[in-house]
Amino acid sequence: MDLATLLPFLVNVIAGGLVLGFVYAIIALGYTMVYGVLQLINFAHSEVFVTGAVVGFEVFRVLTPSPMNGYLKLLIALLAAMVISGLLNVLIERLAYRPLRNAPKLVPLITAIGVSLVLQDVLRLIEGFQGRFDLTYTLPEGFSGKFCGEGSSCVALGNALRTIGLDLQLKDVILIVVSLLSLAVLNYLVNRTRLGKAIRAVAQDRVTAGLMGIDSNRMISATFLIGGALGGISGVLFGLKFGTVNAYSGFDPGIIAFTAAVLGGIGSIPGAVLGGLTLGVIQNLIGVTNIFGGLLGIANLESIDASYQRIGAFIVLVLILIFKPTGLLGKSNVEKV
Amino acid sequence: MTAANPMAPRRAAPAPDRTGLLLLIFVVTSALLLVSHNRDLLDTLGGLGAVLRNPIVEAIVVSLFLANVLFAYLWRAAPWAKALVGLGSLLLILPWAGQEDTSLLDLSIQIMIFAALALGLNIVVGLAGLLDLGYVAFFAVGAYTWGIFASPRFAEIGRYFAENPGASAAATAVLGAVTLLAGLGGYLALQRRRADDLSGAGAWGLVLLLVAGWVAWFFAGRGLFTLGDRPWSTAALWIGLVPTGLGLLYLAYSESRGRDARGALLSLSRVLLALAGVVGMVLVARSILLLTADGITGLTTGIDPSFFWLFLALSVFAAAVVGVLIGLPVLRLKGDYLAIITLGLGEVIRVLANNLDLYSAGSQGITPIKSASVGWFDTLAARLGFAEDQYGLLFLYVLCLLMVALILLVNVRLDRSRIGRAWIAIRDDEVAAQAMGVPLVQTKLIAFATGASFAGVMGMIFAAKQTFVSPESFNLFQSIGVLAMVILGGMGSFPGVILGATVVTLLNLRILPGLGEATAGLSWIPQQANPGQLQRLIFGAILVAMMLLRPEGLLPSRRRTLELHHEDNQEDDSAKGTGPALTGGGGDVFSPGLETRKEDEPAGGAK
Repeated sequence: MDLATLLPFLVNVIAGGLVLGFVYAIIALGYTMVYGVLQLINFAHSEVFVTGAVVGFEVFRVLTPSPMNGYLKLLIALLAAMVISGLLNVLIERLAYRPLRNAPKLVPLITAIGVSLVLQDVLRLIEGFQGRFDLTYTLPEGFSGKFCGEGSSCVALGNALRTIGLDLQLKDVILIVVSLLSLAVLNYLVNRTRLGKAIRAVAQDRVTAGLMGIDSNRMISATFLIGGALGGISGVLFGLKFGTVNAYSGFDPGIIAFTAAVLGGIGSIPGAVLGGLTLGVIQNLIGVTNIFGGLLGIANLESIDASYQRIGAFIVLVLILIFKPTGLLGKSNVEKV
Repeated sequence: MTAANPMAPRRAAPAPDRTGLLLLIFVVTSALLLVSHNRDLLDTLGGLGAVLRNPIVEAIVVSLFLANVLFAYLWRAAPWAKALVGLGSLLLILPWAGQEDTSLLDLSIQIMIFAALALGLNIVVGLAGLLDLGYVAFFAVGAYTWGIFASPRFAEIGRYFAENPGASAAATAVLGAVTLLAGLGGYLALQRRRADDLSGAGAWGLVLLLVAGWVAWFFAGRGLFTLGDRPWSTAALWIGLVPTGLGLLYLAYSESRGRDARGALLSLSRVLLALAGVVGMVLVARSILLLTADGITGLTTGIDPSFFWLFLALSVFAAAVVGVLIGLPVLRLKGDYLAIITLGLGEVIRVLANNLDLYSAGSQGITPIKSASVGWFDTLAARLGFAEDQYGLLFLYVLCLLMVALILLVNVRLDRSRIGRAWIAIRDDEVAAQAMGVPLVQTKLIAFATGASFAGVMGMIFAAKQTFVSPESFNLFQSIGVLAMVILGGMGSFPGVILGATVVTLLNLRILPGLGEATAGLSWIPQQANPGQLQRLIFGAILVAMMLLRPEGLLPSRRRTLELHHEDNQEDDSAKGTGPALTGGGGDVFSPGLETRKEDEPAGGAK
């Protein structure tokens, strides 16, 4: 590969990273919102997310024979995943976290890890009793094709994008559009509605918010509902993008999304998006480091391939926590006695 | 005294003396264990033999037998009976039954390895209150320390270095030593310096000097340090330049916030010097390898087993060093951040083991790994009627018993020591502990290193027992498994933690596989839903249920119980409103400026 082909290649890698980054961003929002109100890392969020992916798989599986429009199927899958993941998240909070609200901090954290493990096996059993483990999405007609490919009405736009190296698939574009829509709705919900105001008040100071007449338990439930719904959306998007999920596939995206939340400043919604996009790009760049290494003649880099992607996220996490624990957009929080 | 004596079971009234019952149970369970593990005897028993062979029944028999030790510890009984049951179970009956069925010895070794791991993690989580989710990394360090040297892998490494020498050993040694000394010396010289000691220009000069030094190093090492097709000096250049770039970015950020740059520059200098030290160490190690490469290549099955004892010490040391290295950057963080970052670093170690094919053979794993052999012990085992292929296992069994006993002793002594009280102090309130003069980072580092060293030594024994190590044995799930043991038994309670390790290991290695085997023939359970693979569900349920219902664990330490059930048994004065704190009562208190007024007068001085 020479430098003339490098630029389009790089553009493509970064665009792929951004697509991935949107999935991370939506998952990260689930972590960051819960952390915002409870200061708890909801380890079970990765399973809430996988639940969304499983629901999406089931919807697509059941609807495969129907002649329905593909986008309508996607809408049904998204809505079903949002409802089920959201309710699951509320249930988890009600049963596992609420009784421990005033316990030492490690206690709910350990509970969260436990809930995450339980859910993994429950999901495995649910699908396992039907003889399935790896769930391969059956996508509607045309979803796996190129964006604005041959024969579509917008082929001119597609060709224009391809000349600058952007070779997107239709599902990538769907993913970005759905993510942006969810972000817009979330932004409206949190910043423009009474509910959002109440949630922000509880996040700031639960006791005082209670004195102002806000039912903090209900607001915390609402936060878990919103976070879970976002997890459901991201699960379906993840399944759409990667095609195959199983009960255990929540760990990696979960941990990367958490890193994204910390990178952007945990508790900050724009931060989570920024962190998700950054990490998506970093991951994709790590995945092709060996190609760059070969290109630039740096032999040490040639052995770095996709198996290091996970390490990349962790190293970013370590560096961020050491040098700027508040994250890119977070506010510093000094502990007072 | 409450914390100092967790070994004492808490009782309201003296429990009835159960010497007879203890001995009866001991005899019955021992007989059951011996019978159920004697194949010849089982054949003659017919139907009863078939029942005893059922994997679930067998798991129950083993569990009941191991419960003997627990009863001996818990129940009030004559001391001689307790000693007889405890020691008799572990030293007589178990090896005896293991003679017929070595899987029993294997199981006991696994239990003890995990008990030691749980004891180590208990120091970090239970005593010092630092949630470590990457604990199994230290276990991996111990296992690989012995695994690499005592297996054919060592010869492979030697061959690689003999074929790809890069520079001569002498040149590598000289440059390595210079780099090491410069890095270490510079670091130590800077360590006590504060940002205030430096002028702004001085700080900038220091950093520029270091960067220049690094670039000069690159040119000096340029033709010298190629290893095969990999230029080492280029790697070193990146090692230096990446933190410099990040540091400068951070600097630009702090300048933009109007902060003084000297502190950032000083930290950057320290980082660069520490990295130089590490690069120097790697080079020195490399020169030693180069010098001995020919000899190493000859060791086709690894080093002599007599090095086992040396490596036992080395693995403790190596794991402790890794513990400190991981701990240094992250121990400033608290609670959940620490948990997630240790999880990350644990995964980093696993991924490295998976990718550094030369040293760890990647995902294939290293095998066969040697174990120690002790002449007189083999003779003793032969006298006792053990078969020749059982010597090794019996030896490891005894070694594990000794190690667990030693680790337990160290734990108990540490718990009662100054450092143990410091751990508990920082667990309960970091800020208050610091205000009382507990050095925070140092105390946490000691906890990390101590916990790590136990894992290291057990990792080595694990490698020797399995004769095989691969990265898969050290995944996150193992770390969470050890955490489940600590929590099930009771954080901070040594007997509890051992009980937790026993229960969880039995579940994992006997009860679940037995259940899986028993249900494998049932047609209505598909293979994907086999109950033999429910580890996650069970571990998760243990964590959740314990946290919700009994956060102090099965065998709690007295102190922990009091803390977690504070409102149930509040006996301190403040609750009754009679204490001096926060109430109107109290006597003359010296308050400067208000000497004339008594403290118990109502505020505002209403007469």
